[in-house]
Amino acid sequence: MDLTLSAEETAFRDDVRAWIKDRLPAWLSDKVKRGKRLTKDDYLAWHAELRTRGWLAWHWPTEYGGAGWTPVQKHIFEEECVAAGAPRIVPFGVNMLGPVLIAFGSDEHKAHYLPRILNDDDWWAQGYSEPGAGSDLASLRTRAVRDGDHYIVSGQKTWTTLGHHANMMFTLVRTDPDAKAQEGISFLLIDMTSPGVEVRPIVTLDGEHEVNEVWLTDVKVPVENLVGEENKGWTYAKYLLTYERTGIAGVAYAKQGLDHLKAIARSQSDGDGVLADDPLFAARMSRVEIDLMAMDVFNLRVLAAAGEGKVPGAESSLLKIKGTIIRQEITDLLRRAVGPYAMPFTPDAFDDGYNEEPIGPDGAMLHARSYFNHRKLSIYGGSNEIQRSIVAKQMLGL
Amino acid sequence: MDFNLSEERQMLADTAARFIADRYDLKKRQAAFDSDEGFSRETWGELADLGLIGALMPPEVEGFGGVGEDIAVVFEALGKGLVVEPFLASGVLGAAPIYLAGSDEQKSQLAEVIAGSRLLALAHGEPAGRYHPTHVATRAERSADDGWSLTGQKAVVFNGDTADSLIVSARTSGNVTDADGITLFVVPKNADGLSRRAVGTVDGSRVAEVGLAGVQVPDSARIGEVGGGAAILEEATARGVLALCAEAVGIMGVMHDATLDYLKTRKQFGRAIGAFQVLQHRFVDMVIEIEQARSATMLAASLMDSGDRLGRERAVSAAKNLMGRVGRLVAEECIQMHGGIAMTWEFDLPHYAKRLVMIDHQLGDEDYHLNRFTALGQA
Repeated sequence: MDLTLSAEETAFRDDVRAWIKDRLPAWLSDKVKRGKRLTKDDYLAWHAELRTRGWLAWHWPTEYGGAGWTPVQKHIFEEECVAAGAPRIVPFGVNMLGPVLIAFGSDEHKAHYLPRILNDDDWWAQGYSEPGAGSDLASLRTRAVRDGDHYIVSGQKTWTTLGHHANMMFTLVRTDPDAKAQEGISFLLIDMTSPGVEVRPIVTLDGEHEVNEVWLTDVKVPVENLVGEENKGWTYAKYLLTYERTGIAGVAYAKQGLDHLKAIARSQSDGDGVLADDPLFAARMSRVEIDLMAMDVFNLRVLAAAGEGKVPGAESSLLKIKGTIIRQEITDLLRRAVGPYAMPFTPDAFDDGYNEEPIGPDGAMLHARSYFNHRKLSIYGGSNEIQRSIVAKQMLGL
Repeated sequence: MDFNLSEERQMLADTAARFIADRYDLKKRQAAFDSDEGFSRETWGELADLGLIGALMPPEVEGFGGVGEDIAVVFEALGKGLVVEPFLASGVLGAAPIYLAGSDEQKSQLAEVIAGSRLLALAHGEPAGRYHPTHVATRAERSADDGWSLTGQKAVVFNGDTADSLIVSARTSGNVTDADGITLFVVPKNADGLSRRAVGTVDGSRVAEVGLAGVQVPDSARIGEVGGGAAILEEATARGVLALCAEAVGIMGVMHDATLDYLKTRKQFGRAIGAFQVLQHRFVDMVIEIEQARSATMLAASLMDSGDRLGRERAVSAAKNLMGRVGRLVAEECIQMHGGIAMTWEFDLPHYAKRLVMIDHQLGDEDYHLNRFTALGQA
C-alpha cells in the first residue's frame, strides 16, 4: 500500500500547477478568493485559457477533444484549480451534457454540439427540477407533445443555475403521461431563444441571483433535438448524474476552506489572545481537519477503484454526504471565527470596483453569507436524504 | 412553583402578539431595513404607545416592568415578528446601565426612551475585543475642566448610527482586559470628535463602527463610580443575553410551525414528506432541543433579579450556550427539511434562520459562554 502520488502523478501535478500559475490571471483569482461576483465573461476568460491547453473538456475521451485522464489525474487537476483560485468550469455543457451526448447522442448531435461546447458557442442550462419535482425528480410534469416534426413543450423548470446566461437548455420532459413515473420521460434539448421560453430570476436567501425559474409555454422544439430514444430520458439522466458526482466530495474546496480558517484563527484576536489558542475553537478546527484527512483518503480510494474500471455507484453518495457535511462545518467555523464581524454585510462589496475600506477584518463579511449559501450543498444534486436512501437500497439492499 | 405568566404579563404578551400578527410582516421589515435609519420610526412609536419599551424598565424610571420575565415576554413576541426596531439597543443595553447605576438626572431621561422619542445604544465592544467582556482599550482621561476626554474605537454597535446618546465604556485605569478600571459615560450624538459609520447586517439589522477622537464630556456624563463599569456592564449584558435568548425562542416557534406545516403539506413520492420516518424523528429531536432552550431561557429570566449574581450569570451563560447550539440546529434542520424553497429570499423562513444564527454573534457565542460557564463554576 502506498498512499502517496506516483512519480508520474507528481510530475503531472507539477505541470498542472506551473501551467495554472502561468495562465490564471491574478485579477481573476483575486476575485475568486475574495468571493466577488463572477460575470459571464469571467467564466469565459478562464474557459478560453483552458481551451488553449485542451483542458476544458477534461472529462471527455481524447477522440472528442478531451484530456483522457485517469480519475486520480482528474482529482489532481481539480485540487490544483481550486487551490490556485480558478473559477469553476461552468459544468452544464462540458461536464454534464457533453458526456451524455458522447454516450447517447446521434452522430449529428455530436458533430454539431460538441465543438460548440468546446468553443463556448453555447451556454447550456440544466432543466431538471420543477416546483413539484425536487427530491422526487421522476414526478416531473413538463409535457412534450409530438406534433409533426416538433414537440410542443409546456411546463416550468426551476433552480436553473446561471440560466440567465444560457441560450440552450437540456431538459427532462414527460412524453408519455400514462407510463410509470420514470418510464415516460425524454431528454430534450431546447433553444432558449425560442418563443415561449421565459427566464425569471430567483433571489436566494443571501440576496444573490444565481438560479432561475424557466417557464415553457407551447415551445416548439424540433424532434431532432431528442437525445437517444423517446421515453428513455431517465436512463440518460442517471448517467449524467454520475458525471455530476465527479468531485462530489468537494475535498479541494474543503482543504482551501480549512487553510483559510486556520489563517483567520491565527490572526483573529479573542480579546486577550489569539483565537487559534482558544482550546474550544482549536478543538473544533482539529475535529474537522481529522474528518477531512480521512475524507481525502476515502475519496482517493473510490477514485482508485474507478481507475480500475469499477463504476462508482453508491460510494459516490457516501462521498457526497460526508463531503458536504465537512464543507458545511467549515463554513460554520468560518462564520464563528470572525465573531461580531460576521454580522456587518454590504452587498455592493462583492461587485467590481468597490473600494471602500472594509468593516472589520478584511474579508470578514464573506463568511455569514457563505455559511447560509452553502446550506444548498446538502440540498442540491439529490439531497443528502435521497443519497442515504440510495445507499440503503443499492449498497445495503435494505 | 408556577410556570404561568401573571395576568399583566399575559396581557403584555397578547398585546405584542396581536400587533405583530396584524401590523407587522417581513415586507414591512424589509422596507424599514431599506430606509435611512434601518428601522421604522412609525412602528417604533406604535410599539412604544403599546408599552413595549416601558415594559423593559422598572417603575422608578417610569417603566412598568423591568424584571427578567418582562424582558422574556416582550422579546419572544418580537422574535416571532422578526422585529428590527431597536428594542435591544435602546430598551435594554442602552437603558439598563442607566436604570441600574445612573444619576437621577440620567434616569429622568429614560422617560423619553420609554416614549420612543429618544434612542440609546451601548458602545462597548471593540475591534480587537471579540466577545471579551472587559476588553476596553478606549481611554478616558481627565480634562482640565474636571470633565473627561474619550479616545478609541468601538465595534459593531447595535443601532449605534441612530442613537441620540451612546453609552460608552472607557478605561480610566489598568490594562486593556482588566475588569477594574472601566468607566461608563453618556456621549451625545453631536459631540465633537464622535464619528459613526453605519452598516447593514446580514440578518437585516443595523450596526455602526464608532470612533472617539478626544470626545469631551462633563463628569455628570459618567454612569456609576469611576472604574466600576464592569459590574454594571455585566448586569446590563445579562439582560441583553436574556432578551436575545427570548427572541430566539420566538423565532424558533415560528420556524417550528412553518416546518411542521410544510411536512404535512409538501408531497413527494406520492405522500406528504412528513410521512417519512426519518423526517419525523429529526423533527422530534428538534422539538426536544427547542423545549430545552426555552427552559434554559425561563431559568435565566427567573434568576435575573434574584440578587444571586453567580446563579444569574451561570443561568445566563447556560442559556446562551444552549441557544448557540440549538439555534444552529433549528436553522439548519428547518432549511434542510424544506429543501430548495427555504434557500429563497421570497420565502419567510430563511430570514428567520439568518437572524437565529446571527444571535450567536451577539453578546458572546456558544463557545464564549461555554468557557464562561465553566469558569463561573470554578470560581
